[in-house]
Amino acid sequence: MSGPKLILLDPRDNVLVCTAPIAAGEALPIDGAVVAAPEDVAVGHKVARVDLADGEKVLKYGAPIGSMKAAAAKGAWIHMHNMKSDYIPTHDRKTASQSSTA
Amino acid sequence: MIEAYLRADGRKGIRNVVAVAYLVECAHHVARRIVDKVDHPDVQLIGFPGCFPNAYAAKIMRAIATHPNVGGMVIVSLGCESFDREGLREAVLASGRPAELLVIQQEGGTRATIDAGVAAVERVRAAAEAPRVEMGIDELIVGTICGGSDGTSGITANPAVGRAFDRLVAEGATCLFEETGELVGCEGVMADRAVTPELAREIVACVEKAENYYRVMGFGSFAPGNAEGGLTTLEEKSMGAYSKSGASPISGIVKPGDLPPQGGLYLLDVVPDGEPRFGFPNISDNAEIVELIACGAHLTLFTTGRGSVVGSAIAPVIKICANPETARRLKDDMDVNAGRILEGEATLEEVGDEIYRRVLEIAAGRRTVSEELGHQEFILTYKAFDPIGPDCLPLSARTAA
Repeated sequence: MSGPKLILLDPRDNVLVCTAPIAAGEALPIDGAVVAAPEDVAVGHKVARVDLADGEKVLKYGAPIGSMKAAAAKGAWIHMHNMKSDYIPTHDRKTASQSSTA
Repeated sequence: MIEAYLRADGRKGIRNVVAVAYLVECAHHVARRIVDKVDHPDVQLIGFPGCFPNAYAAKIMRAIATHPNVGGMVIVSLGCESFDREGLREAVLASGRPAELLVIQQEGGTRATIDAGVAAVERVRAAAEAPRVEMGIDELIVGTICGGSDGTSGITANPAVGRAFDRLVAEGATCLFEETGELVGCEGVMADRAVTPELAREIVACVEKAENYYRVMGFGSFAPGNAEGGLTTLEEKSMGAYSKSGASPISGIVKPGDLPPQGGLYLLDVVPDGEPRFGFPNISDNAEIVELIACGAHLTLFTTGRGSVVGSAIAPVIKICANPETARRLKDDMDVNAGRILEGEATLEEVGDEIYRRVLEIAAGRRTVSEELGHQEFILTYKAFDPIGPDCLPLSARTAA
């Protein structure tokens, strides 16, 4: 079972969704084990449910939502620093302002 | 009970708004001054900024001018732009609505047109009458859109809207969901819900079109705020957005300005046809709201995680907040707090029921929060569409056509 601050949306998922702010060092109960949160995690963000390998598909809602571009340990925050789209790359405000010519 | 405005074409409206439309950016200031001076919640400024002709923009403008929530129109033209101002006025008059046309170059300039416009709006408002009749749920058209999505949107507000949609569709209403560029990755599951195999193929094709279009543009339909809210990829955003559509069978596909032929759940294909041109399909959420209105939506369910504040006088926008932190921070801008689901204070079913009930209350005349705040965002840009194919319509509507 996941702790109250992390919810599992589908039994096939390998990430959990944060429903209340998590502080670095906080004990995170994940599937019966307890892991110390390596960093702060904000509401709506994802946390690894299991150890994830580089290149592994990330599953949420029971469906693939992208791939890992670096390995991450159980309990780690999963976001743009270690994961990418399998469709169209995600942009941020910096990359968006740099690529003004097609 | 919904006491509606019965229009000459038999359609029923839940508001009686006068639209003031500028036909080129050069007439925008004059039109805005007219609306500001009148300062009435049921007078909305709309317009098209371009000087060059565009069939799509003309179609959308006519669809909005003859929307059942619109009672009449004042058109403000500079005079030299391409827009067929006489054609628009004639279409509004032919629909049984009052319409007045002001041409700045003929009226004598800015001051004279503003004065004439204020008087024209008052005349059109007085003439914008319609018999009040009872309206059933099965006559309602409800759109949905998400904006400022975050990692909570797909867990709370979007599936709650899906529950409300399921109930509305079961009771015969017409429901519209959209933004095929934000359904990339969902085409397979979506096609499985199509009422015919032909429609299933059309659904896959229109999502592939969207993916290609956005690829050419260089960016997916994804804003930096989505990432700050925990969404990492377009397909992750899509999965969350998709849940707004609920679980009903998908009856058909419509394009901007098309009226769904009968009740049921429809996908609105908002991405242009042909070679990508004119830029991004929908440059902001407001463009999608305008297209939902042009498809006859009486009101729109807008889910947001980061917190959007936009609205419309023509077709009320009901704001459903997904994120409990945003719901507290922007509480005066939200109609429904679906973030309660995340904090264990309400179930998905309870919030779905609340949205359903709110739809009926707003249809019966209660003002949304964005209406009370006077929100009237509107944007219409250049686009090009081919007509929908026969496979996009429900079978019964196809044989009747």
